[in-house]
Parts: sequence; structure tokens; C-alpha cells
Amino acid sequence: MTDGYSEKVMEHFANPRNVGEIKDADGIGKVGNPVCGDLMWIYIKVKDNRLEDVKFKTFGCGAAIATSSMITEMAKGKTLEEALEITRKDVAEALDGLPPVKMHCSNLAADGLHAAIKDYHERSGKK
Amino acid sequence: MDHSSTTPVDAAVTEAMLPYFSEKFGNPSSLYTIGREARRSMEEARANVADLIGAKKEEIIFTGSGTESDNLAIKGLAYRNRKNGDHIITSSIEHHAVLYTCKYLETQGFKVTYLPVSKEGVVNPTEVEAAITSKTTLISIMHANPEIGTIQPVEEIGKIAKEKNIPFHTDAIPTAGKIPISVDAMGVSLLSLSAHKMYGPKGVGALYIRKGTGLTPLLHGGGHERDIRSGTENVPGIVGFGKAAQLAKERLPEAAKITKLRDSLIKGLLEIKDSYLNGHPEKRLPDNVNIRFSYIEGESMILNLDMKGVAASTGSACSSKSLEPSHVLIATGLKHEEAHGSLRFTLGRANTQDEVDYVITVLPEIVNKLRMMSPLAR
Repeated sequence: MTDGYSEKVMEHFANPRNVGEIKDADGIGKVGNPVCGDLMWIYIKVKDNRLEDVKFKTFGCGAAIATSSMITEMAKGKTLEEALEITRKDVAEALDGLPPVKMHCSNLAADGLHAAIKDYHERSGKK
Repeated sequence: MDHSSTTPVDAAVTEAMLPYFSEKFGNPSSLYTIGREARRSMEEARANVADLIGAKKEEIIFTGSGTESDNLAIKGLAYRNRKNGDHIITSSIEHHAVLYTCKYLETQGFKVTYLPVSKEGVVNPTEVEAAITSKTTLISIMHANPEIGTIQPVEEIGKIAKEKNIPFHTDAIPTAGKIPISVDAMGVSLLSLSAHKMYGPKGVGALYIRKGTGLTPLLHGGGHERDIRSGTENVPGIVGFGKAAQLAKERLPEAAKITKLRDSLIKGLLEIKDSYLNGHPEKRLPDNVNIRFSYIEGESMILNLDMKGVAASTGSACSSKSLEPSHVLIATGLKHEEAHGSLRFTLGRANTQDEVDYVITVLPEIVNKLRMMSPLAR
């Protein structure tokens, strides 16, 4: 529980950034599974190939919420190519580390962002 | 409000123990004065522990923990009676000290029946009876489940065990000091206890062994504790356990006050939308509140409560080292995502109505905040 969570994780958990959905999102990434205790939806708004806005909704533990919050901050303003390069390791490091058993939560946040970008590409391809 | 995890050592218990670390450091096996003094204090403690459960002093063996007591009861009896049979009956909601001991025995060729429970977490005595075979040598069903608070029909199971002449073990670690225990009324041959759940020290447990019940020891050595549990006795711990047992017996009437707090907390929390009680509404430990909240996860509730100064626990996988949800909640038929949203409070003698009211005030905000964040809440 709290032992093992860095101050930064607790700070993001207590005051998560960018919570909510984007009504007219350009892409949505849905990852995780409530059976495992983690479900993460990442919404993105894209303008000129850049992430103009990123928001999340998450069901999960402290690490799941903190990594969701962190990835929205990391991704905002980046180009789509730059955003695709954000890895689970980057998310965990930005939070000053995660307890080993929680590493899959950080995996989920990066996956969620990448899934949202993929969704954006699929949608724009159809247009 | 997490007293089922452990309790603080009562000041009177610490005071009783202290001399046995220094000036009264004798080994109970020594014949000279300080040894005899240690022996006498240990026997006094044994009498107090026996008194709490309506047993005779000679039927109590001290161990190093509740886990050891469970292991000794189950392995000790299974091995001792192996020539008569190899079948054990237990439930699917036992503590891991019982469940994993049974799992281990399966690797040694024993056969185990894990009985299901109702959605309130009750073992059905009729199913216990139906599971008995000519090879059954032990029934082990807990007195109450510490997670969901459900009290088991042990007296009925004890009656069945007696009729069929099969030894019955019960894990009374969650109940000792909370509800009355009588080994005769329960019809048990073996009963496990632990000191630290009843305001005693950690590192000391006890096993009640009814006269005439033979066990194979786990620990061989100098023949301590009637040759059933070798190892120099933890005299300060045992003295502390004795004091805690004495106090627990005196304080049993306090359960009425704790029950009132429990019911007040349950009532207040069930007012939150989409919340449900886990366990049985009446056959319930006086201190146990276990409620699940839809759409949110337990660890994040606990972290939020902790920020508000409240300690609680959860059946969520995310707070366990194994990342598996509570086997008890799953056995009561909950889906994994429902088990994740369960929150347990266990009240202690120091908790007050004001504290209960405080939880009832802060928890709805926390649930709300997390539901706002959850993609499951619509």
C-alpha cells in the first residue's frame, strides 16, 4: 500500500490532473480489465499532429490513478510520434518509481495513450 | 479501524510481561528459584487462557503463533491418524494458515474437501455431514471469518463430528475475546488461538487439545509442552497472553457497545448509493463491517481514507502482494470487480461513536471522487 509509493505517486493520486472525458475526442484508448482491478480510458484531442488535450477516466488502485494522471501531463503538447515513444519505464521514472508489483499499472497508462493514438489514426484513415 | 489485522498491546499486558525479560528471566525447565518462578507464571497464564474458552489448563499448548497452532492441529492430527484415513474436510473461506496447510497435505497424498459457503459466507452443516467418508480423520471449520465477519454454525458441526467420532478443529483466532467460546458447547477437539488479536503480544499462540486427542509434533527437541511442542517457552509472551486472556474474558460484555458502533457504521455507509453489505447481517462478529462499493477499487479508497486519518483494509487484489482478490469474497460468489470494491473496518475497544460518525461523513466524498474518475460509473 502506501509503503512503496513515492511522494510523487501520492501527490498525483491525491490531486490527479486532467480527470474526465473529452466529449468530442479525436481518439479514445480503452485498456485494462475490471476483473484484474484496473480499467483505464484515455481521451485525446489532436490539432496539427499535436496532442492538444489529454484526459482520463480510471478504475483502479493508487498506482493506476497516479500513472493515468502522469501520462496526461507527459503527453500534452507532444507530437503524435513523440507521444508514441513514451514507455512504461518513462511513466514510472517520472513518478520516481513504482513498487515492483505495480509496474503493470504504468504499462497500462502507456498502452492507453498508444491505443488512443491508434484509434485517432483509424478514425482519420476512414475519413 | 483495522483491529482485525492486529491490536495494540494493552498497558496492563505490557506491565505483566516486563519483569520476565530481565529480573525474572528464568527458564521454566530449570529447577532453581527463578526457573520455578517462570514455570509458575506460565502455568498461571495457561489457566487464564484455558478459562477464556472453558477448557482445562492441561489441555492448552503454547505455540509461536496462530499460524503454528493451525498447522500443528491439522498436520499433527492428519499424520497421527494416517493409518485410519487420509481425508480432511474444511471450508473454502478458511484463513490461509488452514487452507495452505491443507493444500500442502494434498501434495503428501491426503485428500481434502473444501466446502462452499452461502453468499453470506455460512458453511452448511448438512454439507459437512454429506462430505464425511469412512476415511475422514479431521473436520476443520473456522469459528468466524475475520474478513466478512460471518460466524459459523460450529455447535451444529461439532455435534455431527461427535456423532461420527471425527475430531473437529476450529480456528478461533478471529473470535477469542470477541464472542464467548466454550470448547464443550462447540464440541471441538482442537481450537487455535493467538494473543495479538486480543490486545496481547505478537509471537505467541495457543492450541487447545482435548484430552485423548493425539497429535504428531511439528517441532522435535527437548520435549517442552508435554512433548507436543519442543522449544524453550516464550515466557514473557506467554505471561502477556495469559494477562490478555484474563482481560478479554472480563471485557466480553463490552461487545454490546462495539456491536452498537458496528451497526451504526453499517447503517451510515449503506446510505451511500450502490453499496452492499458483505457477510451475514446478524451472524456477525461484533466488530466487523465489510461493505462493497460499485465502480471503484479498494486500495484507492484506503489511500484516501488514510489521508483523512482512518485505517481500513480491503479485499482488493491491488492491495495484496499476490495481486489476487480475496478468496473469501470470491467464495461468497462475488465477481472479481465486486471484490475489488470491498472495504473492511474492524472496530476496537478504543473506537468511539464520534469516530464512526467521522467515517460516515468522509467516506461518501471519497466514493464520489473516485466514481467521478471511474469509467465504470455512469
